[in-house]
Amino acid sequence: MKNKKKAFLNQALLSGPYLLWMALFILIPLFIILYYGLTNRDGAFTLENILEITNPIYMKSLLLSLKLSLYSTVICLLLAYPLAMILRSLRLKNQSLIVMIFILPMWINFLLRTIAWLTILENNGILNSLLRLLGFEGLHIINTPAAIVVGMVYDFLPFMILPIYNSLAKIDNNLIAASRDLGANSLQTFRRIMLPLSLPGIISGITMVFIPSLTTFAISQILGGGKQNLIGNFIEQQFLLHYDWNAGSGLSLVLMVFILISMAFVAKFDKSREGTNLW
Amino acid sequence: MVKLGNSLKKLYIGLIVFFLYAPILVLVVLSFNKSKFRNQWGGFTLDWYRSLFSNDEVMSALGTTLLIALCAALIASIIGTAAAFAINKMKKIPKALTLGITNIPMLNADIVTAISLMLLFTALGFTFGFFSVLLAHITFSIPYVVLSVMPKLSQMSRANYEAALDLGATPFQAFRKVVFPEILPGVLSGFMLAFTMSLDDFIITWFTTSPDIHTLSTVIYSMQRRGISPEIYALSTLMFVVIVVLLILCGRTQNKNQKKARS
Repeated sequence: MKNKKKAFLNQALLSGPYLLWMALFILIPLFIILYYGLTNRDGAFTLENILEITNPIYMKSLLLSLKLSLYSTVICLLLAYPLAMILRSLRLKNQSLIVMIFILPMWINFLLRTIAWLTILENNGILNSLLRLLGFEGLHIINTPAAIVVGMVYDFLPFMILPIYNSLAKIDNNLIAASRDLGANSLQTFRRIMLPLSLPGIISGITMVFIPSLTTFAISQILGGGKQNLIGNFIEQQFLLHYDWNAGSGLSLVLMVFILISMAFVAKFDKSREGTNLW
Repeated sequence: MVKLGNSLKKLYIGLIVFFLYAPILVLVVLSFNKSKFRNQWGGFTLDWYRSLFSNDEVMSALGTTLLIALCAALIASIIGTAAAFAINKMKKIPKALTLGITNIPMLNADIVTAISLMLLFTALGFTFGFFSVLLAHITFSIPYVVLSVMPKLSQMSRANYEAALDLGATPFQAFRKVVFPEILPGVLSGFMLAFTMSLDDFIITWFTTSPDIHTLSTVIYSMQRRGISPEIYALSTLMFVVIVVLLILCGRTQNKNQKKARS
């Protein structure tokens, strides 16, 4: 009995401080958003802040955010999967080198790298100068949704490459050899072996691209020139420009619905979350 | 046919790597550009490298950025490792629940984490500045540490620790000599992840800082409208070179160690 009590006390001492930290810095802050989102300036209950999303301006920006983040996620997946397959087929001894090549750009400030895209994409930028040099007409990309998608794909592509490469690199070569021995062609082997076994990587890549794309405000501010407002831009403005925390929290709650949906999506497909390595 | 396939594969890798590094190349070129304007080439110069060290705004932002990243990664490593021990000992359901909540700052949108912390600090009457940013960075760094340490803990068998105790080690000695070396790689990779995330963060810093505390991210974002001062390009080029050199050195010592181990 005494031992049991001691074990319980030990466990409480070990996990207590962290549980307190978690409650204070993770859970309570989220409830504060909920509180502001569901009350007006006088603290009375209201749904007004949430219904604000039906305002055509906000609705339009939410739909644009969903559309652009969907595009960027699909493009990242289409670029990253073949790349991960190729990297796997090279069977390099030094795997950490590959990982480093794709992580290295992340150590240069992402705002600065996004601003560099401005220099590449603007009307008299590097890309258009090259196109004109080759006799083509220049493209008008900057300040359009396309520029924002380029920025999103650029900034978040490593987050798609790494989890997919990790899950593909883990697949035992014998499994593939066995599948070929049993008469499956490359397409069948891909569909029945590679794809299902790399699914956890794909799912984790999808959320790691989709959520930051959906909620960014810096990329759209820089490459959209303030002309393309995503929902993140409106939330930022409500908080830091208009100081309307209630309306800002309301919009954030709407955004959180989409985040929760994509988290549920991950939980459904990726049951072995514990111990997933990011790199 | 195989050869063609191989060169196509290499071409594809090359294109993606080019895509990822092209903007960095642009930054390097801009750091040597005499013109202050991003879209104009005014001739070659090293001036920005000289004036960088006397640009107080940039240098103090660099100092703050590094200090916050270092402190946040260090404190998050300690709290996160302790948390991983605690979570590892929990029963199934509390474990799943705690892990789920721990992962929220990592999976959630940065802007939501940022707002939630800003509202918390306001509610607590906290002064915004260095410490509010540091606390915020620790908060979003912890899940990366927990996620890196957990697998090491679940792989480790209790038998070694108990054997050490049987052989007369105190629990502290057993921890230091047996447990710690096993989880160290996990703690280190958690530290590196936390450091990287803190270094690259903009959104959470933007919402939790005060006007007089700047990190590189917030300086760059504020400069974006009036024009980036070229010293920033020089600084990022220097940082890039330092990182590449460090990586090459690390790779070399690793290779040497491997060769020694083989012979």
